[in-house]
Amino acid sequence: MKDDHPSIIGRFQAGFRNSPRGFIFFSLLPTLILVLAFTYYPFLRGIVMAFQNYQLFDLTNVRFIGLDNFKNIFNDPKFKHAAVNSAYWVFISLILQFTIGLTVALMLSKRFRGRGIFQGFVFYSWALSGFLIGLIWKWMFNSQIGVINDLLLRTGIIQERIGFLSDPNWAMTSVIIANVWYGIAFFAIMLLAALQSVPSELYEAGSMDGASGARKLFNITMPYIMPTVITTTLLRAIWIFNDPSIIYGLTNGGPAGSTHILSSLMLDKIMYGGDYGAASAIGIVMIGILLLYTIFYLSVTRSAKMGDF
Amino acid sequence: MKRHLMKGSKVVFLALYLIFMVFPLYWIVITSLKPQKEIFSFPLKYWPSELTFENYINIIKISKFHVYIANSLLISLSAALIVCCIAVLSAYVLARYKFRSHRQVMLGFFLTQMLPGFVALAPLYLLMSRLDLINTRYSLILMYTVGLIPFSTILLKGFFERIPSSLEEAAMIDGCSRLSALIRVIMPVMMNGIAATFIFAFVQNWNELFMAVLFIDNESLKTLPVAMNSFVMKFDVDWGAMSAGTVLSVIPTIALFAIAQRFIVEGLTQGAVKG
Repeated sequence: MKDDHPSIIGRFQAGFRNSPRGFIFFSLLPTLILVLAFTYYPFLRGIVMAFQNYQLFDLTNVRFIGLDNFKNIFNDPKFKHAAVNSAYWVFISLILQFTIGLTVALMLSKRFRGRGIFQGFVFYSWALSGFLIGLIWKWMFNSQIGVINDLLLRTGIIQERIGFLSDPNWAMTSVIIANVWYGIAFFAIMLLAALQSVPSELYEAGSMDGASGARKLFNITMPYIMPTVITTTLLRAIWIFNDPSIIYGLTNGGPAGSTHILSSLMLDKIMYGGDYGAASAIGIVMIGILLLYTIFYLSVTRSAKMGDF
Repeated sequence: MKRHLMKGSKVVFLALYLIFMVFPLYWIVITSLKPQKEIFSFPLKYWPSELTFENYINIIKISKFHVYIANSLLISLSAALIVCCIAVLSAYVLARYKFRSHRQVMLGFFLTQMLPGFVALAPLYLLMSRLDLINTRYSLILMYTVGLIPFSTILLKGFFERIPSSLEEAAMIDGCSRLSALIRVIMPVMMNGIAATFIFAFVQNWNELFMAVLFIDNESLKTLPVAMNSFVMKFDVDWGAMSAGTVLSVIPTIALFAIAQRFIVEGLTQGAVKG
């Protein structure tokens, strides 16, 4: 009886069991719907906005204006300044985060007592938000009662207080220091994991051939962890480029726009200016830069070496 | 001799690095425990003359800090939970089956991690107002869930790939359906991975600022980051209260990360290391 007339649910379950197609489809469905509707749709909508006059405070006047938004931002000295800052911000932050992160990883790759606790104390910056890190450093960089000025004065390195955040000559350096502090942990953690996967036989063979420590580093270790190095630097550069939260918390682009990068300038146009068209235009320029960068980076480092992270 | 020198420089470097990393946290904690007058008096005190909780009491008095904490908890927990349920399914399918659009789906996930997400921020605001979700907790639960699905899927996929598929095949021969094999046999084995994903998602949600600022301005619905953001604008000079607020905001995430760090790193580095 039961076998002759299987219930609808039973038939559904049987179908599920026999064809992975149905299972695949229904398992991916919620993911695909949500990501398409709330990530890709708004994203594409944002791209269209770049070609529209779209002001939050003038929504009756939304219309296509061709490339006017792009002309406006390219004529804006703030935009050019932010573009130069972005390059500076990504390049310096990345180099410092990577070299310090790699050094830390190399030093931690051999087991020693207390290593686990040490890692807990130095890697926690990962768990903090960029905004709060910005606030913490804002307090430390304070030109009147900031602890960094106090330490530098006490040790006699400087004679007068420095306006780390109020002096345009210093502000960019200050935000980069905070960003480096934030990002070392990422590289140290990733590279440490890669280092620990290097087979010890390779080192033993190297020792037998009489290779020195430095030669082992460049001839054995580095080639072996190269895929991780390429993937992490590529991804990290993109994240640093895209993330305005430290700058938002620390200077909010100030003084006088001198620490804006492209992403913080775009955020500023959305949150305070309500100029969605101009913000989107900046976003499109950013996408273009990211595309060029990724293609360039992968062709220089030869994508074949990249891990499938 | 050379060996000693190497070891010595290593110890010095690691010690300096430790100080560099720990000092900012130390300083914000110490500031939050100083009596008001000592925060702004010279010379700066590196250890307060007395430890006091007056800044913490103060911040709860001048703002609804307990409400913000409750909102942050509710939103972060719900979104992290939903993300895990949805991402487990998609990660499992992507780990176990090669189907026609497999590559495209993975590429679609990776792209969301690389594109500048703020391009979508303004349209999202308009979309949320059209759905009548502005000034509701649902807007944030929804958007945090969506935002974390791709990354959580990639993370969980790595964990699934380490579990031999013979495990659920055996269960299916014994008459389990695919879904119940996944729930009854596979999930218990990868509790570490799921916990790591959950904690990662929670921390991200807990920290998110910009969508929350844009979608919420009702005092009783604010999350911690939104509250801190309005604090900066209102009490820019009250560093006693600000540091107390910062410390309260970072304690849960630091604690969680300390617990889950090992698993998250395992999951993250899987693909990258394998090359």
